[in-house]
Amino acid sequence: MSVPPKLQEPHLARRHRIGKAFEWLCCGSTWFGIVVLGVLLLSVGWKAMTWPAPKAKPAGSPTASTEAQQLSPPLSKKFFTNYHSRNPREAGLLSALWGSLWLTVLVALFSVPIGVGSAVYLEEYSIEGRLKRLIQLNLSNLAGVPSIVYALLGMTAFVKMFGLFHKDEEKTLVVNLLFTTVDVPLPFDRTLISGALTLTLLVLPTVIVASQEALRAVPSSIRIASYALGATQWQTIRHQVIPAAMPGIMTGVILALSRAIGEAAPLMLIGALTYVAYTPGDISNVSDIFKNPQGLLDAPFDKFTAIPLQIYQWINQPKAEYSHVAAAGIVVLLTILLLMNTAAILIRHRFQKQTRW
Amino acid sequence: MTSSMTMDRTTDAATGFLGTRPEGSRMTIMQSFSDLMHQRQERETHKRTRPVETEVVAKLDVRNLNFFYGEKQALFDVSMTIAERSVTAFIGPSGCGKSTFLRALNRMNDIIEGARHNGTVLLEGQEIYAPDVDVVALRKRVGMVFQKSTPFPKSIFDNVAYGPKIAGQRNRKALSEIVEQSLKRAALWDEVKDRLQDSALALSGGQQQRLCIARALATNPDVLLMDEPASALDPASTARIEDLIFELKQNYTIVIVTHNMQQAARISDRTAFFFQGYLIEVDATQKLFTTPTKKQTEDYITGKFG
Repeated sequence: MSVPPKLQEPHLARRHRIGKAFEWLCCGSTWFGIVVLGVLLLSVGWKAMTWPAPKAKPAGSPTASTEAQQLSPPLSKKFFTNYHSRNPREAGLLSALWGSLWLTVLVALFSVPIGVGSAVYLEEYSIEGRLKRLIQLNLSNLAGVPSIVYALLGMTAFVKMFGLFHKDEEKTLVVNLLFTTVDVPLPFDRTLISGALTLTLLVLPTVIVASQEALRAVPSSIRIASYALGATQWQTIRHQVIPAAMPGIMTGVILALSRAIGEAAPLMLIGALTYVAYTPGDISNVSDIFKNPQGLLDAPFDKFTAIPLQIYQWINQPKAEYSHVAAAGIVVLLTILLLMNTAAILIRHRFQKQTRW
Repeated sequence: MTSSMTMDRTTDAATGFLGTRPEGSRMTIMQSFSDLMHQRQERETHKRTRPVETEVVAKLDVRNLNFFYGEKQALFDVSMTIAERSVTAFIGPSGCGKSTFLRALNRMNDIIEGARHNGTVLLEGQEIYAPDVDVVALRKRVGMVFQKSTPFPKSIFDNVAYGPKIAGQRNRKALSEIVEQSLKRAALWDEVKDRLQDSALALSGGQQQRLCIARALATNPDVLLMDEPASALDPASTARIEDLIFELKQNYTIVIVTHNMQQAARISDRTAFFFQGYLIEVDATQKLFTTPTKKQTEDYITGKFG
């Protein structure tokens, strides 16, 4: 290319080269992450669908595995209906799946009322001032506290209950509901409810901050219009503010829950089991709920395991097949997380399309 | 910045300086207001409404009201009465206190932190700022329509039914009757009767504003406060709102803040001119626009400032 001499500038080609190099560097950083993620997903996915190549088996060892078992990969229907097993080809994550489901439901049950309640108080009722600023500052800090710290708190507060109940005299509190009774162990010990409460502590700051942002996004003209029609503050919040903020709150809650579902460290510390051969409340499929409704009340006080813990345990097993079982567990966990995040995005998207103030 | 400019102009007005506008144009403006009044009188006779200023039952009676936002005083010693079943217009330049005064009449200023007042505001002889008055009950009796239409992100029906619903009306049939009545009174029924369950946000700007009026009427108020209800609307929608106000004054006491002096002249029975927190002059609209007694009023309505 012939460039008119007037347009020639010193180092122009070099400057362009630097610019181009920077562009490539940024592009490389982006693709680094994507490639690593892709490799991870592919290798996990591949592992979850295959068994390791059979080693030369010592003669006389029981070759009980039939043709059919050979054919079904680690991630198969059986994986969702079996408990953990000493035989990796029989191992499944039924108890972990139900444990995680229960954790999610209980965490949602605890964190939504407390989180939304705090957010409503902070945004709608509390007076601007030093105390509010202090609370606000603490909230943002708490959202960043490592989960192991919450685990220690959960351990003390829920598992041991500050040692209020002596080891020898562990009590069972029989709570009498109108038509049935529930046995509540005191202290909670290593039960679902301890795990759920600990995870609630973990996600509460996130839920509160997300809900506050959703409430703040509701235009004040809506509140004023409601007051002008003779609504009390509670009626305004109940009928106008919270419904308008609901999609934002839901998005925050789902994202917080998806964080809770993936947490292993706090559950490990509070001593959730890893080898559980039953599901909480003995509910292992939907029809069990109707057969045994009492199980719904007993479940929170059962010992439990969760998907991340189960994966961790499988990976630590010496048998090579278990790493493939773990891969299958990872695929299930990632799928659940992906679905939850998709739900959050869909809700937000619908909200943006629907409301124009 | 703007306020300091207006202040300069007032000083001019106070010293009798007539600015750049020639005397002739002042007369023309006065004449045009006078014409407006004639048109209006014809219309009123035609509509067989009762003549202006025959009934002097005071619905609202404000005495020596001072109003403060924190340290800043927004209203200075305002006293006026507002007659029942009439339209009273508040005019004045921006920041003159007319909106503050309007909002003081149903205690909407209570929401603002640091707002305080002294003086009395009597609604049918009852002090609205008395400790035993529940502000929620007051706002049900003194409804309000805002400058920017603020439909709730709900259906048209739910928007209008909201007021009665929160007041405890649960009966579905009674509610739909109230909704129909209110929408008819707000001249919106024919346009929306087939799509009451549609979102209110789908309505046009003018329809939204009439919906807000219907919504305010649904709580069955005695007094309707309107804060520049037509300022964000096109001329056709504005005309509809003005017609509506004309209809509504048969049953309601209406107080309207407006930036548009022609609008005030067209629809109101009495007009109050506010300036810098003071009530300069309040009189029958016809008199205020044709023979104002105060120099500042005259300067404002002839367009010398504001």
